[in-house]
Parts: sequence; structure tokens; C-alpha cells
Amino acid sequence: MVKKVVEASQAIAEALKLCKPAVIAAYPITPQTHIVEHLSQMVADGDLKSEYIRVESEHSAMSACFGAACAGVRTFTATASQGLELMHEILHIVSGSRLPIVMAVANRAVSGPINIWNDWSDAMAARDCGWIQLYCETAQEALDTVIQAYKISENHEILLPTMVCIDGFYLSHTYEPVDVPDSLNGFLPDYDPVVSIDMKNPITQGSFGTPPHFQEFREQQYHAMNRAKRVIKQTNKEFAEKFGRSYGNGLIETYNIDKAKHIIISLGSICGTIKYLLEKDNIKDVGLVRIKSFRPFPEEELREILNEYESVGVLEKAVTLGIGGPVWSELRGLTSKPIADFIGGLGGRDITLDNIREVFDKIRSSDTGVHWLGSKLKGDYDD
Amino acid sequence: MNDEKEEKFNIGAHVYESSESNKTGSWRAFKPIVTDKCIGCGTCEKTCPDGTIKVNPKTKKAEIDYDYCKGCLICMNVCPVKAIEKEIEK
Repeated sequence: MVKKVVEASQAIAEALKLCKPAVIAAYPITPQTHIVEHLSQMVADGDLKSEYIRVESEHSAMSACFGAACAGVRTFTATASQGLELMHEILHIVSGSRLPIVMAVANRAVSGPINIWNDWSDAMAARDCGWIQLYCETAQEALDTVIQAYKISENHEILLPTMVCIDGFYLSHTYEPVDVPDSLNGFLPDYDPVVSIDMKNPITQGSFGTPPHFQEFREQQYHAMNRAKRVIKQTNKEFAEKFGRSYGNGLIETYNIDKAKHIIISLGSICGTIKYLLEKDNIKDVGLVRIKSFRPFPEEELREILNEYESVGVLEKAVTLGIGGPVWSELRGLTSKPIADFIGGLGGRDITLDNIREVFDKIRSSDTGVHWLGSKLKGDYDD
Repeated sequence: MNDEKEEKFNIGAHVYESSESNKTGSWRAFKPIVTDKCIGCGTCEKTCPDGTIKVNPKTKKAEIDYDYCKGCLICMNVCPVKAIEKEIEK
């Protein structure tokens, strides 16, 4: 174990050095991150024996990973923002073909107006592509989650691709001390593909799914995604046994909830700021629930928790126009307790400690509305 | 996963047999025809996106497998001696 001061982008690259994907395909320009830069350096230096394919777009990056995964090898790519949008159609094809590709997404806003700063609009828009989505709070968690993601995705009971989501800039470009394991110490087995290319025994991949069959394939994905809840928890536990680090139960993490009356729910790196504030202001009546796994959605765990507290608030960096925040709209069905929504940090705006103090006050008042943090719009928006 | 297999919904809709039995030649609107001008250079064989052309080593002429040729006419366009002609599929 070596302690390195690295940005989450490099932490992810270090994880890949251990996971050894056979093929990495990436498009190198904005909104790409340093992840693939570090990886191409590792390959050039001979530290990582992967086939590194520099493609001409993100659509091609995911297509190249798809092809390589069909051939039966471990693959990786990374993207963000418009890049994730451009590969959107292939995301469905990968998950529908049950190929366990792992991709890092450095969450960033989606244009327009043109913006490359952090929020979750990119990954939230890819919510229904059939990918497992794990959101990380720290660079350390990013490294650990990439390693776990391969184990979860490649499990023959699951066979779904995984997006490891890290907040753009707040994680991707920020340096933190990170423990980099020397080896995986048997944690991640060699990739055992279900399908591969064998010239002597030809099979058909990318086949038609006609109306009498198509629906059952989706239903299988649905069940696999549900099974992923158990496998994610199990993998989190096994990781803790080997490396001494765990993240809640793998699906959600709770903080300061024992004496709390109110709960704030969020994802990603902003949870670090919330934890800091809870300690700094010595707040006892508000606890934090961090959702790590947005897909599969930890419905049972959240239902149990939400109903134990007086009121709940969601702080999220995405909006689904016409309802509110995507996390809030999912949670409303789980409890009859008041749930308020706080949309903020869009397009990279800072969420300050004062913003979060405001959020706490609103939650304490059992508010149920949708609020835009620090809105500069004047006048009534009486919609 | 076992019960899924019994119902023959293979994970990922992969089919554990060749798609050879699924003949696709009927999709053709135009039919490429190799004429006597063919010099057997193999350019069409290399460029056919469906692998339906082989140069016969005995006759040294390109032969098209019409069970799978979809009539894209790339072969006609790449032929250096213009040995491939098209006709409307009947």
C-alpha cells in the first residue's frame, strides 16, 4: 500500500492499472478528463499492457468497447457531459447485450448554454440505459469503486455495465491523499466472459429481438439489476475484509443519524461538505444519508430510514423539468413524511456552507416544495 | 439465471449458433454479376462487407454467394477493371 497525493482521475487510472482491462477506448478532447490521459501514459510507459484505442468520438469509444467486450475481454472507457450524450445509444446496446463494461463518468453539466462544470445532468439523463450507477464521495472511493465495479458487473448473476460517477472538478481535478494498493490480492478474479469470439464455434451476437421475445430480455435485465443490490452489498463487505475500507452498506451510507430528527439525502462529493458542516456546527438534529447506488435504487433501505424521521430534504445537482429533482421524485413514493427538494450546484456553482444551513432550516420546517438554491431570479414564478 | 436458460432467453440475446441458416439474399434490390472481364485480383473479396465473395482458385474468377449478398454494389464500385455489372433483382 502506497499513499499518493493524486486527483480522483489518477486514482481511477491507478485502479485500472490493477484491474488490467485488455482494451481501453477513449476520445481525448473536452469534456474528457485526465483519466484517459493517465491511462495512455501508463500504456505508453509499458506499465499497463492494454490495447489503447484512440477513437474519433465518444460514440466510437463505446462502440469499440462494445466490440471488444463481445470478443470476450475486460474493457474500460471514460467520459462526461456531451461525451456521454453522444454515446447514449450504445449505452443501451451494451446493457442489452449484457456486457460488463466499466466506465468512469466525471459528472458535468450538459449544454446549453455551453458549460463543462460539475453537476449530475449527464449521468442522470443516462439513468434508464440499464447501467449500474455508483456515485463516489472521494478520490479514494473512486479508486475502490472502480475495482468493485468490475467484480459486480462481471458476476455471472449480474452481467450489467457500471458507470462509476465522480463529480467533475470537485473530484476529477482535486488532489487528495489516496491509498493505492500494491495488488488486488485475489479480490478480483480473472474475467470469465459469457460470450467471446471463437472461430471454431461461431455464435450470433447483436441479434434481433422480435416482439415475441424482446420484452423478456428487458425483464431479465430488470431482475439482474435487482440482484445487483445484494451483490453490491456483498462486494462492499468483501472489499472491507481485503482492504479495510467500506462505504456504508455499499448502496447507502449514513452519517450522524442516531440522534437526528431530520434527514438530508444527497450523492457524491457534496456529502463531504455536509459531513464537515454537521461537525463544524455541532448539529445533532440532522443526519445525512448518502445514496451511493442510484441504479439499482436502494428502495428498501431508504424506505426504512425515511419513515423513522420527522422530515427529509434532498440536495441534488440535477433537475428533471416538469417534476423537480430526479432523486427527490424517486423518494417521494417511499414515505408519507414531508420531503423537500433543493436543486443547486448546477453548471458548477458552489454549494456553500450557508446554502446547506438554509437547507437544514427548511428541512426542519417540514417543507415539501422544490427550491432553487441561491436563485438570482427576481420576481414571482407563480407556476 | 437457470430458469431463464430453460426458457431459451439467452442472457444478452446472444444466440449460441451461427447465423448461417438465416439467409439474407432476399434483401437485395440490385444483383451484382461478375463478367468474363474479371482478373481474379480479389479487391471485391476484401471489400465485401458481408464476406460473400470468394475468388475461385481454379477459375481465378470472383464468385458471389447470393444466399447472403445484399446487393450493396461496393464490389462493382471498387473493381479495377469494371468486371462487375448490376441488374435489377427480379
